[in-house]
Parts: sequence; structure tokens; C-alpha cells
Amino acid sequence: MSRTWLTTRAWLLMLPLLAVMVGVIGWPLAETVRLSFTDAKLIGSGGDYVGFANYAKMLSGAAFQKTLWTTLWFALSSVTIEMVVGVLAALLLNQRFYGRTLLRAMMILPWALPTVVNATLWRLIYNPEYGAANAALMQIGLIDSYRSWLGEPGSAMWAIILADAWKNFPLVTLIALAALQAVPRDTIAASLVDGAGAFQRFRHVTLPHLVGPLMVALVLRTIEAFKVFDIIWIMTRGGPANTTRTLSILVYQEGFSFQRAGSGASLALIVTLIVSVLALTYGMLLRKSAGSTV
Amino acid sequence: MERQSPLAKILIHLAALCLAAVIIAPVLWLFVMSISPAAGLSARPLQWWPAEVDWSRYATLLSRVENSAGAAVTTSLANSVMVAGMATLAAIVLAVPAGWAVSRTPSVGWSLNAVIATYMLPPVALAVPLYMALAKLGMLNSVFSLALVYLTILAPFTTWLMKSGFDGIPREIEAAAMIDGANLWQTLRIITLPLALPTIATAVLFAFLLAWDEFFYALLFTSDLRAKTLTVAIADIAGGRVSDYGMIATAGVIAAMPPVLIGLLMQRALISGLTSGGVKG
Repeated sequence: MSRTWLTTRAWLLMLPLLAVMVGVIGWPLAETVRLSFTDAKLIGSGGDYVGFANYAKMLSGAAFQKTLWTTLWFALSSVTIEMVVGVLAALLLNQRFYGRTLLRAMMILPWALPTVVNATLWRLIYNPEYGAANAALMQIGLIDSYRSWLGEPGSAMWAIILADAWKNFPLVTLIALAALQAVPRDTIAASLVDGAGAFQRFRHVTLPHLVGPLMVALVLRTIEAFKVFDIIWIMTRGGPANTTRTLSILVYQEGFSFQRAGSGASLALIVTLIVSVLALTYGMLLRKSAGSTV
Repeated sequence: MERQSPLAKILIHLAALCLAAVIIAPVLWLFVMSISPAAGLSARPLQWWPAEVDWSRYATLLSRVENSAGAAVTTSLANSVMVAGMATLAAIVLAVPAGWAVSRTPSVGWSLNAVIATYMLPPVALAVPLYMALAKLGMLNSVFSLALVYLTILAPFTTWLMKSGFDGIPREIEAAAMIDGANLWQTLRIITLPLALPTIATAVLFAFLLAWDEFFYALLFTSDLRAKTLTVAIADIAGGRVSDYGMIATAGVIAAMPPVLIGLLMQRALISGLTSGGVKG
């Protein structure tokens, strides 16, 4: 069979996928770019060309900058907690103890819980009048009066970060655990014979096997955290006083709540650009670290 | 493995106990709330375990009496099943041929990379034109439109999984069948697809879970029970003025049941999917 026929056949087999992708991703994205240069409203026709006015307005607004920092804070904190706790839990689950199989199976629970259910559950836990968090902390004696965890600017973001990390750290654990189980036993045995201590063994035998899969998890979790919408929308809708408003929430408010399709689109593209730059930087780091550790 | 010292043994068991508590406590609390009488949930100090187990909320929410809270939950549950089912089916139908093509003809691989790169797009970047187009076509508030839009999330992911699955099936087996006189369609049907079944099953599970979990597009593109999915119905219940928190918890348990069961029963398939390079975000 000729090479051209093989290539043609491959394109034919991909055609349905590519056609759908152009329809539901390619075209809307192009349309978002077009809208971002107009003053179009969400409902109603038209919209006039306004050049870069939307971009200028969005980028110079105080809301955007504050929201960008809020998003960075959320992404950095929740991903860091997820990675650290996730790896520690994986190391633990790789030890021998009673009930290990059961606990390993349990790890899938938070991950399987729908994001909306998770957000709703934690909202109930943080409830200022009847929540379990208040009840438990009061009974232990850590607080002396009930607090509104999601209603106070100082604690709302941390409360959300905790809820998000609880749901997502098991994913890191499952990935890290699979990688740990792939570490050849001979290598561990050899390092024991050579007299390596626990830390040395982790650093030189275990860690190199973990780096690759963990980097992938890190990249994906960071992108997800940057795009975050669901958990924050359910728990606080960006409040109190916009302290938990992330970029996706801001775009939603601009484009849908205020129905300003044009400036909403420009803001959406700015967010897309930030996520892309982040992902590309990570991709380059990933390639570099893959080259140096393997 | 090295022998554990008694102290290490105790510490490991203590740590495992803590981890188990962290994982179980919130989930268990969701369930306990759903079976506690309303009075116990608003008591101070909080009643951690109901004196009397109350299953009535499940009966209320799963009833089909019209215009009741039950109708909202059962109808949106049916919508969720329909949307997730249709979107999953479509995503697999698109992904299997495309995944095979990229696996066997690497020269077209860049197009799959382009499709996968769309993962970086926040849904808000597509939402405004999608909304305007669906509104113009009169297709808002429809399970079909929602399933179609879900392909933006599902299709790149299933294609990626299928491609890596086909990569694991040696070309030589296909070549041998061809030499024995089978044509391409026969080869795929008799040799390749049966070998790819585990990957297809994994892709089905992930696609279904992703669609079941989706909230953003469902919030934007549905407005009443003709298309509202369970995630939106729960957000409605939780955001509304419900005096009984147990009701919210019960709706949560109902929505969590399918994915949690899939997660616990199909763990092996899911973890193989997670580690074969495919990671659900």
C-alpha cells in the first residue's frame, strides 16, 4: 500500500472527530476572537468593531488584576497541598499495614465524588449556624464561638482551597502509588545491600521513578486549578467582597451576568493566553527534567 | 522489603488511621446528614449520629409526584443519564477510528496534538459564541445540544486514551491477519477491536464520569427540567432557601452514587487509565 493512501485513509478516519472539533471548539474560539473586538451584547444582534478597547478596558481594570492574584493564590496553594499530601499518602500506602488494600480502594472516593457534590458537602460543613466544622472545632475547644468560614474574607479562600485539595489529592496519590509499584524490587534490594539509608533510598532510587508521572499530574492539576469555576461558584459565587473571585468567575460575570459578550470574550482570551503560556512553560520544564533524570 | 521496627510499625498504622479518617469522615458525614432528622442537624451541640435513622428524604426525592422536589431530582437524574450516555457514545464513536488512525499513521499525529491542546482552553473561552449560536438556532435547553457541547471535553480525552490503547496492540498481529487474506475491515473487527476492548471500556468509564461531573455548560445552556442535569439541580437546591440541610445532603448522595459505585467497582480499569498517560483533571 502506498504511503499517500495510508495518509489519506488516516485523514478519512479522523474526519468525523476533526469535523466535530472544528464545530464545537474551532468555530466558537474564532468567534470569541471576533467578538472580543466588538461591543456585542449577549442577546440581540450585531455589535460594532471597537478595536482593542475591550482588552484595554479589561487589562487596566482593578478587578482583573485582583482576580489574577486570587487565581494564582488558589492554584498555587491547592496544587502545592495536593502534591505534597498526595505523595506522602502514596509513600504511606506503599508500606505494609493492616487494611492496606481497603484504604487503597477508599482513596478513589473523593476523586469519584462529583465536584458539585463535593462543593455542596463542604458548604454544609462550613455552615455558620449548623455546620460540622463549627461543631467539631467548638467541641475540641479550638474556637469559642461559631464562625462563618465562607462568609469572612479572611477565611473563605482557605476554606475553598481545603475542600478542593481534599477532593484532588487522592488523584496524585493514585498516580504516585502506581509509579512506586513500578520501582523494581531488585533496585531497592541492591540499595539496601549497598547500605543506603531511608532518605538516600528515597532520593536516589524512588524519586527518579516518581518525577515523570508527578510532573504530568502537576501540569494537569495546575491547568485545572487555573480554570476553576464549579467549586467556587457553588461555595461562594466569588464572594465575600470578591475575595474568592477567580478569572473564570470574572469572565462569567462579564459575559453572562452583565451580558457584555464583547468584553467577556476579550477577558476569556486573556485567560486562555495565560493558561497556554503556563502550560508551554511547564511543557518545556517537563522535557528538560525528563532529559536530566532518566 | 526491609523489616519494619516495632516503632515504625506503630507510626505507620497511626498514619494510616489518620489518612483513613481524612478520606472517610466527609463522605460519611454527607451520608449521616441524609439520614438524620432535621432537628438533630440544627441542634447545638450537633448530634453526630441520629437517635433515629430517617430514610424518608430518599423516598421524597426519588418520588415522581409532579412539581415536587422529587420530580426535580428524578427528572434531572434522567437528563444526566441521557446527556452523559449520548455524549459518551458519540465520544467513543469518534475516538476509536481517530485513535487507531493516529496510532498506525504517526504522520497525522499533529492533528491529535492540536485536539489535545484544546484541554488548555477554559470553557469560558467557548461559552459565549456557543450560547449565542444555540440561542439563535433555538437549541438552548436541550439534552442533545448539551451532549454535543460535552464533546468539547470528552472527545479529545477519549481519543487520547484510544490512541495509547492501540499503541499497545502490535501492528504485526494486524499484518499477519492481512497476509492471511483478511481485508482491513475484517482485521479491525476480528483482531484489533476485541484486543482494544479493555481500553474502550476505560474510555467509556472516564467519558461518563466527566459528563456526569460537568456543571458549567449545563448551568449556562439549560433553564428548566426539560434539560437540567443533576449537577445543576443540586446547585439549585443548595442555593435555594431550604430549611432542611438533610435534603441537600440526600440529593448529593443520590448524585454521587453512580460515580462512586463505578469508582469502587471499576477501580482497576480506572487506575490503568490514569497511569497510561491519561489523567482525568
